[in-house]
Parts: sequence; structure tokens; C-alpha cells
Amino acid sequence: MIIANKKWASPFIIWIIIGTIIPILSIVYYGMTSKDGGVTFANLGAIFSHDNLQALELSLLLALVSTIICLLIAFPMAMILKDSKYGKQGFLIFVFILPMWMNFLLRTMAWQVLLERNGVINSILTAVGLPRQAIMNTPGAIILGMVYDFLPFMILPIYNVVSKIDKHLLEAAYDLGANKITVFTKVIIPLSVPGIVSGITMVFIPALTTFVISNMLGGGKINLIGNIIEQEFTVNSNWYLGSGLSLVMMVFIIISMLLLNKFDKTGGASLV
Amino acid sequence: MKKALSSIYIIIIMLFLYLPIFALMVLSFNEAKSMAVFTGFSLNWYVELFNSRLIMYAVVNTFTIAIISATVATIIGTAAVVGLDAMRPKTQNVILAANNIPMLNADIVTGISLMLFFLILRVPQGYMTILFAHITFSIPYVVLSVRPRMNRKTDRLFEAAMDLGASRKYAFRKVVLPELRPGILSGFLLAFTMSVDDFIITYFTKGAGINTISTIIYSQVKIGIRPSLFALSTIIFVVAFVALLIVNIKSKKQEVELVL
Repeated sequence: MIIANKKWASPFIIWIIIGTIIPILSIVYYGMTSKDGGVTFANLGAIFSHDNLQALELSLLLALVSTIICLLIAFPMAMILKDSKYGKQGFLIFVFILPMWMNFLLRTMAWQVLLERNGVINSILTAVGLPRQAIMNTPGAIILGMVYDFLPFMILPIYNVVSKIDKHLLEAAYDLGANKITVFTKVIIPLSVPGIVSGITMVFIPALTTFVISNMLGGGKINLIGNIIEQEFTVNSNWYLGSGLSLVMMVFIIISMLLLNKFDKTGGASLV
Repeated sequence: MKKALSSIYIIIIMLFLYLPIFALMVLSFNEAKSMAVFTGFSLNWYVELFNSRLIMYAVVNTFTIAIISATVATIIGTAAVVGLDAMRPKTQNVILAANNIPMLNADIVTGISLMLFFLILRVPQGYMTILFAHITFSIPYVVLSVRPRMNRKTDRLFEAAMDLGASRKYAFRKVVLPELRPGILSGFLLAFTMSVDDFIITYFTKGAGINTISTIIYSQVKIGIRPSLFALSTIIFVVAFVALLIVNIKSKKQEVELVL
């Protein structure tokens, strides 16, 4: 029996059209228009200018590196959490969720304070007689910030998946003569693919598109594609160029989604 | 051996996650403005924080926007789930795919798209545009939290209530809503947190002259970090800690799905 009328969904549908679809179409419109109103591909082609291309390459590289680091840290962590007696909704999960509730600008600022020339880490180093390190304003500092900010988004989806793996499957594998390594590579990893995929999505895309982390830990000297787009909108007020570059960035987002969707059969359900 | 290794691993990751936060907490009680040396205990920076009108307005804006947007998003999202239930599966899938866009899209793209939309319509940007943007990105989370609750069991219970003579309205209020409630609650909490935590979308849709906690941190960090921000982050950490603790205890009692 039908509980209620379809009409109940109409505010929602209207909101999607006004709040999501039309705004995205306006990026497409501005991205394909020149300042005097004609259709142009120049805003899209601007990605091939030396500076923009370099920024895009650096963004892809940094996002890739920090995603891999997050994955390498998170998988063992999820496995440990799974076996831990503190289990579901326990103390350890709490510990990993808590930083996510703190504003990520404050978390990034914390690293700025730690890494600064006269910051905490350098004063500890000089106190024990070691030379100062110039970590701030390097790509390394940006990767550190990305890993720090996004790590919980990798741990949680992977944990959600591995904690639901049926123990009987592992026992069956052992009974059939598999050793630990085989069980890990042939049973655990394939079953955790949906979690890994949503973890990668939740780390890679924010890392690829960030302008905040690069601004705060790169000292404004390292431009990622997000920084360039942000400046086109806020400093140069060139919405046409900014939209064009955003469209190019969206292509990369869509490509990574399609790639990831191939592996995830749950249709993104593990995201929440 | 394995246990010791995993304990060491957990400790290292916990240090990595919490040392920066604790460094800020310690420095927030520092007497001097130094970012490195602790010269003595003082509450100066807390006084400066509470005396800053700019920051206090931002706090008020953040929480009123979060409460209003989460409430509106919860109502629209819940109604949507109920309405979707009456549609053909194919139609549902199309709509749900559109629903996923703001969730999967990069925040910077969502922010820019809304900013352009407001510019085209010549809507002056301010409190209302932030609110609109926050409702937009919150609805998908509500829909995804409530929808799993709208299942066969809910349908059957509704039928049973009708068979037993309840009116449509009565059955909806007494049977369907209580079934959806855990999802509605976690959807609301998720929307609320997303709103409080958001920076990027707010940044592009706020216009001049209005700030939330996130945007004020960003603008202050650009000028030069003052220790009053450390005081702010200490307070936010403590509030988040207490809030999460309460949610955790409650969720154990009422079986609300734990929110991020």
C-alpha cells in the first residue's frame, strides 16, 4: 500500500533543480562564454597555459600521494579496530571521529603553528641542539596537512566494511588450507573494496580541489588548481575563466568517480 | 607480539591526530603571544576572544544557520523519502542520482556554482544565501539517512494499522514516523554538523560583511594568527567532545545510527 502521495517529494525535487542543477549549468554557461557574450573554448583551453598546467599536475600529484599515504595508514588501523575489544561504537572509534568534529581550518592552523619557522617543532629542535627545519611552505607540508585532515575519512569507511566481514568466511578459508597471507589477499582485501573505494573518493577529491590547505601550509607560494580557481573568483573576478577551469576540474572529478564506481558495486552506499 | 605492535600503532596514530590539537590547547593558556614558548599561565586570550564582537557574531551566525538549515533540510528530506516511496523505482533512481550530486561533487564546485547562480539572479549575498546553500548540501544527507528506514517493514506496519481501522493520518503519525525517527534524527545531526563544519561553500556564498566561525578563522589566519584563535579551538574541541559523548550515549540507548 502506498503510504503517501508522490507530491510530498516535490519540494525536494524543486530544491534539487534550483539548488543543484541550475547552478551547475551556470558554471557550464560561464565556462563556455567569453566576456563579450560569444561562445568560446578559450576558458577551457586556459588549462594548457604553463602556470595552470603546472598547478593541475602538482594538484594531481599531491592528491595522489596523500591518498596513498592515507590508505597505507588507514588499512592496518581499520584491521586493528576490527579486532579490538572496543569494537563498534567503542572508545577507539570515538577517538577517530572526534577530530572530524573540530573545524578543519583550526586543525590545519594547528600544523601551521607546529611547523612555522619559529614554531613548536623548530623550538624543540633548537632546544635539543638540532638545526631548524624549513618544513613550512613546501609541498611536503601540504601533504602532511592533507593526510592529517582527511585520514579519518579513509579509516571510517574501511573500518565499516572490514568490521562486517563474516568471520565464517575467514574460518572457511583457513579450513580449506589457506594461510594468513592468502586469506588477507584473497578474502579480506576483495571484500573491503567498497570501503577502500569510498575512502579513496573521500580523500582524493577534497585533496585534489583544496585551496585552503595549500594556502595555509604553502604560504601562498604553492599554487594548486583550487587556488587558481579561487583567485579567479575572489581576486580577479574573472568568472568566465574561473568557470572554465572549474569545468576542467569537474572532468577530473567525474573520471575518478567513474574509475572508482567500476570497483564499487554498492553505488556509493558506503559513503554514509 | 602482535598485540604490542598494534598498540604501538594506535598510539602513534593517536599522537599524530591529537598532538597538534593539544599544542593549541596549551598555547591558548600561554601568557605571551609566542607560538613556541610557554611563559606562564593566563586567560588573556579567552578574554580577548569573548570581547571580540566579530568572533561572537560569527558564532551566533554559525549556530543559527546550522539549526535553521538542518531543520529545513530534515523536513524537506523526510517528506522526499515518503513521497519517493510512491514513485516507480526507475523514477526514484533518477532522482536519487541527482540527490547524490552535491555529496559527491567537490565543495569548491558546489560553492562556485551557487555563487554564479546568485550572481545571475542578482541576489545580494549574505545570511540568506548561506542558508540556501547549506540547506542544499544538507538535504542529500537527510535523504540518505532516512531512506533505509522506509522499507518493507514500514510499509507492512502501515498496512496493518490501516487494517486495524486507523485513518491514514493517524497511521502515519503513530506508525510510520516512529519507524523513521532514528533516521530522521541522525539525518538532522549529520546536517547540523556539516553546516557547522562547512567553510568552502560558505566562503563562496557569503558575500561581504558576514562571517561564520570558519570564514573568520580563515580571514584571521591570513592576517596573522592570534592566540585568541587557540582559545577558540580549545573551546570548540571541548564542546565537540561533550556533544559527541552525549550523542554516543544516546545512540546506544535509542539505537540511532552513529553519525560521522
